[in-house]
Amino acid sequence: MGPELDFEKPILELQEKISELKKFMDEKGIDLSDELNHLQERLADLEKDTYGSMTPWERVRVARKLNRPTTLDYIPLLFTDFIECHGDRLYGDDPAIVAGIAKFHGRPVTVIGEQRGRDTKENIMRNFGSPHPEGYRKALRLMKQADKFHRPIITFIDTKGAFPGKAAEERGQSEAIARNLFEMSGLSVPVICVVIGEGASGGALAIGVGNHILMLENAWYSVISPEGAAALLWKDAGKAEEAAKTMKITGSDLKKLGIIDKLIPEVLGGAHHDPKKQAEFIDQALIESFEELSQLTADQVRNQRLAKYRAIGNYETVQENQTNQLIFSYSSDRQ
Amino acid sequence: MKDFFTKKKKYATVPSTKARQDVPEGIVRKCPKCKKIMYVKELSKHLFVCQSCGYHYPIGAHDRAEMLFDQDSYVEFDEKMVSLNPLRFPNYMNKLESDRKKTGLNEAVWTGKGTIEGFEAAVAIMDKGFRMGSMGSVVGEKITRLIEYADKNGIPVIIFSASGGARMQEGVLSLMQMAKTSGALKTFSENGGLYISIMTHPTTGGVSASFASLGDYNFAEPGALIGFAGRRIIEQTIGEELPDDFQTAEFLLKHGQLDQVIPRSELRTVLGQVLSIHVGGGAEEWDRN
Ligand SMILES: [Zn+2]
Repeated sequence: MGPELDFEKPILELQEKISELKKFMDEKGIDLSDELNHLQERLADLEKDTYGSMTPWERVRVARKLNRPTTLDYIPLLFTDFIECHGDRLYGDDPAIVAGIAKFHGRPVTVIGEQRGRDTKENIMRNFGSPHPEGYRKALRLMKQADKFHRPIITFIDTKGAFPGKAAEERGQSEAIARNLFEMSGLSVPVICVVIGEGASGGALAIGVGNHILMLENAWYSVISPEGAAALLWKDAGKAEEAAKTMKITGSDLKKLGIIDKLIPEVLGGAHHDPKKQAEFIDQALIESFEELSQLTADQVRNQRLAKYRAIGNYETVQENQTNQLIFSYSSDRQ
Repeated sequence: MKDFFTKKKKYATVPSTKARQDVPEGIVRKCPKCKKIMYVKELSKHLFVCQSCGYHYPIGAHDRAEMLFDQDSYVEFDEKMVSLNPLRFPNYMNKLESDRKKTGLNEAVWTGKGTIEGFEAAVAIMDKGFRMGSMGSVVGEKITRLIEYADKNGIPVIIFSASGGARMQEGVLSLMQMAKTSGALKTFSENGGLYISIMTHPTTGGVSASFASLGDYNFAEPGALIGFAGRRIIEQTIGEELPDDFQTAEFLLKHGQLDQVIPRSELRTVLGQVLSIHVGGGAEEWDRN
């Protein structure tokens, strides 16, 4: 299961108690199944309570678990015939973004996803999932190819953000991100984006301009990481827990804000408890999105995507008395 | 004037950081680069460029509009649009109100249209005096509307960026303004629209990673700080000190990210030339022959 988090400790303790009791029953040959059933019921309740009422910060920590499924874990569970395509044809190949072609239920698609490591060694190789400009440019190359061959695009967002490095600036990471936003706006094929773990800043958005934005229950998506927000807003990165709440970064927050289209449920305790089952939930959500988007013509696909982002904003024009109230549950506190 | 002399004297005897800030901004300004003190009146005649070292003072949107457009040729758009505080961020509305008073702007960007060297253009000018020029819902909406106006009326777009990046207090909505403005530029571009981006000090974060980098021509003012990530964060991440010119306009020019670095005194002339080359979409003169 990987390292448990503090709020999960009571669950772990109860699990240990149950296995001890089982062992005791086996060794001594005494039937204590009433007691065992009772404990197992308590465990089920505890898990339901604990995982059903996670705070935003607890979700952030689940999203960061090293054993949480990544793009490369989902690809074989969701697609067949995946062929990875490397390189941006300009500078190099960025291992923090994986891209390629595949089949989804027999139909051709292009798949692009951010990829962190699943252990320290892989994390170093993949730069902890923080892309360089060549990553965004590889993604764009594959997206334009998808447009040419009329293949829908599925992207998996999972990054702490663009890489704050010297080389990334020298090679124009601002331009690379901006170019992707610009070109993705003009694609004539459906683009479905799934936030599977972390989604921060331009690094997430650079492969995130889609017709549908889906998000796993414990994933988070924001303009910056909770630590970064706390440092900028309150000069104290230690206030990340508070920032996770204030910044409204969870899937349910973003659904209420009208930013994402669909919240994909996670298996109890988080995707890492059962990646195969989790992939089934994602598969189901993707099928639903494809059914909806395949009704649209190429022009409509493009216009739907443009209109989706065009509508995002929360402002009013005092003079005209016009209000753009996209927000559903957070009313304003105008003073 | 009396006040000026007493303050100046104070500065001369106590050259601490605090005292330096006490130089009365309204009358004189001290060049941060060469330390020369100059009358604001004199500076404004020279477009707020230090005459001894060439340092370009950051300027507000109103001053920029005044020095950019042909006299009395411009009007402002959407000057009444305000944010509704989507995340109910504590104290945000008060901060907006105080910046409105401070800058005389409704938000961190001024938008409008006017003529430059006789050519009509839709222009956005960001102001770092308003919430560090950060982009939230209103900045994104005003810029998007400006691009749509230019598209409908067949005129060029010019955007002067000056921004610390995305507006933290509007969270993910700020991030999405990057996609919104870039989408508007995509449509405008496909319809043949001309967009000139001028990056001024500072152009960073979500603004540099969206519309500021998407010009048909990307220009910058000398010495402007331009980049995505902050210098201190990069130094912490890679564990090395960065060169002095890192993320300056000149650095970006060297690395192929800009068409030109243009001194403020030459900007109107260069803009006039670029606009003249694009009259009627630019190919008209050839089509006729
Ligand atoms: Zn100077």
